[in-house]
Amino acid sequence: MPAIVAEAIVKTYGRVTALDSLDIDVEEGTVFGLLGPNGAGKTTAVRVLTTLLRPDSGRVEIAGIDVLAHPERARRIIGVSGQQAAVDDYLTGRENLEMFGELYQLPRTKARARANELLEHFDLAAAADRPVKGYSGGMRRRLDLAGAIVSRPRVLFLDEPTTGLDPRSRNDLWEVITDLVRLGTTVLLTTQYLEEADRLAGDIAVVDHGSVIARGTADELKRKVGGERLDVVVAQRSQLEIAAATLRAIAGAEPVVDARIREIRVPVRGIGALTEAVRRFDEIGLEVLDIALHRPSLDDVFLALTGHTADAATNP
Amino acid sequence: MSISMRSALHDGGVVTRRNILKMKRLPDIVVFATIQPIMFVLLFSYVFGSAITVPGVSYREFLMAGIFTQTVAFGSANTCIGLADDLQKGIIERFRSLPMSRSAVLIGRTTADLLNNFFVVVVLTGSGLVVGWRIRTGVLDAIAGLVLLLLFAYAMSWISALVGLSVRSVEVAQSAGFIWLFPFTFVSNAFVPTAGMPRVLRVVSEWNPITAVTTALRKLFGNTNEQLAPYTSWPDRHAIPLAFAWCVLILWVFVPLSVRRYRIATSR
Repeated sequence: MPAIVAEAIVKTYGRVTALDSLDIDVEEGTVFGLLGPNGAGKTTAVRVLTTLLRPDSGRVEIAGIDVLAHPERARRIIGVSGQQAAVDDYLTGRENLEMFGELYQLPRTKARARANELLEHFDLAAAADRPVKGYSGGMRRRLDLAGAIVSRPRVLFLDEPTTGLDPRSRNDLWEVITDLVRLGTTVLLTTQYLEEADRLAGDIAVVDHGSVIARGTADELKRKVGGERLDVVVAQRSQLEIAAATLRAIAGAEPVVDARIREIRVPVRGIGALTEAVRRFDEIGLEVLDIALHRPSLDDVFLALTGHTADAATNP
Repeated sequence: MSISMRSALHDGGVVTRRNILKMKRLPDIVVFATIQPIMFVLLFSYVFGSAITVPGVSYREFLMAGIFTQTVAFGSANTCIGLADDLQKGIIERFRSLPMSRSAVLIGRTTADLLNNFFVVVVLTGSGLVVGWRIRTGVLDAIAGLVLLLLFAYAMSWISALVGLSVRSVEVAQSAGFIWLFPFTFVSNAFVPTAGMPRVLRVVSEWNPITAVTTALRKLFGNTNEQLAPYTSWPDRHAIPLAFAWCVLILWVFVPLSVRRYRIATSR
């Protein structure tokens, strides 16, 4: 059974169309990435899916529950962690989690035990009894995420979970999310970091102007753009010509040579070209400093799909 | 008790506890909420009091009921600012995603503010006694006065809740939460008798809930007499039931309005 189904969601604000017939379906137990620049409609989509916003039209089902007809039932099985870490500054980490537990209708003793468990698990035990005001950005995000899973939700929504975090905190948070998925939670996450979608999500939907413009795994999306490329750096300038000739033969295409840095680039298809090149260079005793198969990044994907980079859309 | 009622009380209790913890961690709010009325008591007693005379009763005696009413009215701005702050920080968005009662956040806010008001009223009573104000009636009347004052404080909180949920930021809440309170509290008999006001203002002030509550408190605390208020107008004569009726009416109108506003406040 799909954990999340959204069909033809439309949401307009006056003349601005935030969601333009958005379709999403997420299989139970998988991680789904909603990838797009700022203003693409990712947050609006999450707010519709999590009962916070009523769309103008469309249908939303979470674990078989009609979200628009029975939002209160849907709230019992979802967890939401938003862009802004929505935890209370003046309460301690523990008090925050206990409060969320009780509001998820856990009895007080259970809420307390669950808070302890989560504080341990999220590496917040040492800071548990300090007001959140003094927490670092990464700690706040972890606490916010802990708050979202207090009731062990079946479906977890993470809206840009690592925006604004330093690389280390980001890595920590990625590990926590990976752990949750291993335990069977279905996760929908939005991100503008292409690396993040690549790392966490199985299925990715690229969103632009409120609708899905491409769909697939990271690899499928990259393949859609085509253009794998072999980059070779040779040790001696004198060998550039023979190396280029070899690559031309393998790839059946004209290589681009940059003599200044002794690099040759040639479009290829598949990993076979790489092994073949290595074998032939070896045979003729040609010394290679670096050889790599370059797959297009999701940045390249975005550019190819939308005609602008993710960054360009962020700062129009 | 219905399930929804019970969950509103349970969740409201959880949110109340959270707001009280916050007040404890940020005692400045309570400290300033207390200093302000004490300042008013002193300013009006010694500065204005030296120039204003009211017939039949000392100005300080006359003043205290007005200060009580004005203080809890202004105290309601805490509700407005608190909710605007929660909205801005995204806490309300979080609450709205939880399987909790739709009115719990407002119940929790207004209940915590009621406790804060209670504390302020106690301090205010002390400072009133210091400057010479006395309750000249019996215990029951005094308790009725206190109950009326707190009921009025609670009702005012629900008006402020609507304001707080309607503004776009805490900064706006800080002025919007107060601005309407000035004409509301000053066009009344809280600080001066209404007899000398221009006709239109006098009628407005006679029917102002602030006037009803102030007059009712004066009667319940025994800080009035026939000479001060010859009870010429209908609202004056029936100040006590009228004051309670105002509170009920305000709650009847503003509780559902605020709860409705809460539902849509963040769904934009």
